[in-house]
Amino acid sequence: MWDFLSQILQSLQLHHYNTRVVVSGVTVFGATAGVIGAFMLLRKRSLTGDALSHATLPGVCLAFMLSVQLGGTGKSLPVLLSGAMISGLSGLGVMLFLRHWTRLREDSILGIVLSVFFGLGVVLQGMAVNMKQGQAAGLSSFIYGRTASMLAADAWLIVVGALVASLICALLFKELTLLCFDQDFAGAQGWPVLFLDSLLMFLVAVVTVIGLQAVGLVLVVAMLITPAAAARFWTDRLAWMVWGSALIGAASGLVGALASAMVPRLPAGAVIVLIASAMFAISLVFGAKRGLIVRLLQRRHLHTSTSSQHILRALFELREHGDEAVPLESLVQKRSWTPRAVRHALARAVRAGYVRQAGDLWCLTEAGGVQAHRVVRNHRLWEIYLVSHADVATSRVDREADRIEHVLGEVMVARLEKKLGNELDGQRMPPSPHVINGHHP
Amino acid sequence: MNGAEVANSATRKGSEHPDAPLAIHDLTVAYHRRPVLWDVDLVLPKGKLIGIVGPNGAGKSTLIKAVLDLTPRASGRVQFYGKSYREQRHRVGYVPQRESVDWDFPVTVQDVVTMGRYRQIGWFRRVSKAHRQAAYTALERVGMADFADRQISQLSGGQQQRVFLARALAQEAEIYFMDEPFAGVDASTEKAIVTILQGLRASGSTVLVVHHDLQTVPQYFDHVVMLNMRVVAHGPTEEVFTEENLVKTYGGRLTLFDEAVRAVTQHRAKK
Repeated sequence: MWDFLSQILQSLQLHHYNTRVVVSGVTVFGATAGVIGAFMLLRKRSLTGDALSHATLPGVCLAFMLSVQLGGTGKSLPVLLSGAMISGLSGLGVMLFLRHWTRLREDSILGIVLSVFFGLGVVLQGMAVNMKQGQAAGLSSFIYGRTASMLAADAWLIVVGALVASLICALLFKELTLLCFDQDFAGAQGWPVLFLDSLLMFLVAVVTVIGLQAVGLVLVVAMLITPAAAARFWTDRLAWMVWGSALIGAASGLVGALASAMVPRLPAGAVIVLIASAMFAISLVFGAKRGLIVRLLQRRHLHTSTSSQHILRALFELREHGDEAVPLESLVQKRSWTPRAVRHALARAVRAGYVRQAGDLWCLTEAGGVQAHRVVRNHRLWEIYLVSHADVATSRVDREADRIEHVLGEVMVARLEKKLGNELDGQRMPPSPHVINGHHP
Repeated sequence: MNGAEVANSATRKGSEHPDAPLAIHDLTVAYHRRPVLWDVDLVLPKGKLIGIVGPNGAGKSTLIKAVLDLTPRASGRVQFYGKSYREQRHRVGYVPQRESVDWDFPVTVQDVVTMGRYRQIGWFRRVSKAHRQAAYTALERVGMADFADRQISQLSGGQQQRVFLARALAQEAEIYFMDEPFAGVDASTEKAIVTILQGLRASGSTVLVVHHDLQTVPQYFDHVVMLNMRVVAHGPTEEVFTEENLVKTYGGRLTLFDEAVRAVTQHRAKK
């Protein structure tokens, strides 16, 4: 037991040189994948990334066979990764060609490239294993990754690739943003859209290739998509999304690599991806901008503000017909709501100082009267607007807006008020355009 | 090379309309062998509001995209002020269709409008304060300054359209191409956009607008291009926007046609 704990402690302190190499290599990869992935996600090219990563396999195998034929061992990582890069880019080229010259749909093109290249890769891998020389057994590790066997030179390769990719992204932040948001506008302004698009996909290819060792070609696309998708839940600003995505990617790499260093025989690549997925799940629920909890709270807020507006309106409309103080039952009859909902809404209104209870009767306070007047006026003007501008109204109606003028402008509101022409309490208060429940004139 | 070809290539190099904001000769565009635009010839006057009308699929958007080098041309020649688009890009502003982008994109209103300045800013450079200010001024012109820091997904359709217009204004161009700027906007936005277009005309700019609502054509546009794969008619609205040309453009689509005829006669009666 003590042995196990001290082993964990050692891993955490990065005592072992090997652990240090693996952990730093994988962390740097995770951060880079996060940065490039954010742009890939916004460009809506996630599946292109998937096809691209699968298209690297035949290149790895061909590079291996070629280097063995030339008398090498076929173990040199730069050689294998160069092969991966070339065949990944060929896959991209085929996709571009098919998109431009055929009428095939995008999803069919991705499916074709992915399966043809991967299938070819598997066949070539079989042939490589049958070769007398070389150690082709290692090739299959590119499919699922072989993090533990990462050498310092391999980690340096990752760092160089990461630096190049991040630097290009930083320099072209503005250009890539424009490409992802509005490629037609970019093209009309004279930006070379095809070049920028190809550059972005080249960066995706770089990340894929440096990630082959860390997580393997099947899962590498997850490190491009997941951190970026997770970061989107936390922010509406692109720059923050890119930083957040880098952070989540790096953290996944770090934690995953440490975990696999501590627990023997744990496949690091899969663990890293699972941790990124866990972070995605956390972001999905707790994300500050679009997480489920925030959305739920927003909906709840909408619900309470609607029901408090309803209670003020009900009291105001009853008062318009001479009932200053009303029993609960008359309020319940005003709308299709339960007595319980009415009581809740009343309690909230009392707390806000808008409603006063006198025995069994309820009435508006002075502050409540002012508030109710505002609510009812907005409501009625919106109704008139909906009726009179039915063609365009649906896109404008904003019942949450404090003052209708902010949305429609003073001129439009003045015109709406004129349509009804009535004045009430010395202030302009249009009567409701429909029959108010319980008071048939 | 025979004589005719020599003469031809000579006119090709020179320019017959050095002052026209846009001159199109024999433009043909085809998607997979199906022609969308056929032998379009157009020379636009300077400082006018010009509407492009025509039925769905008439090639209105394609015309704009082909002119702006966004869609490959099968044949034809396009000149801006007597030169190629490549040389005159800085004088051209563009408002694409509102639906062509993802309004859930993580940028603010200010960010989008600043994109109109990217050409002036150039490669690699950061957005300077002066450019941000220029974008903000454009936002003020469309009445959206209060929304500068909003994320774009919070905008209504009309507001989105105003933001796109502000981005084009930030380009500070002399000829503007607008692809259905009135589609799905509310009445007050439509009025605001018309006012801005008239302001652009007053300052000598030329504005080309793809338009759907035939009723407002006589009211909004000085010139009109009636398009259905080929140019059916183009010229001053008074002369060209007639029953006869509408029949030629829209064929038997009677409901639309009746509406337009009513608009034309009403407009004539007012005069």
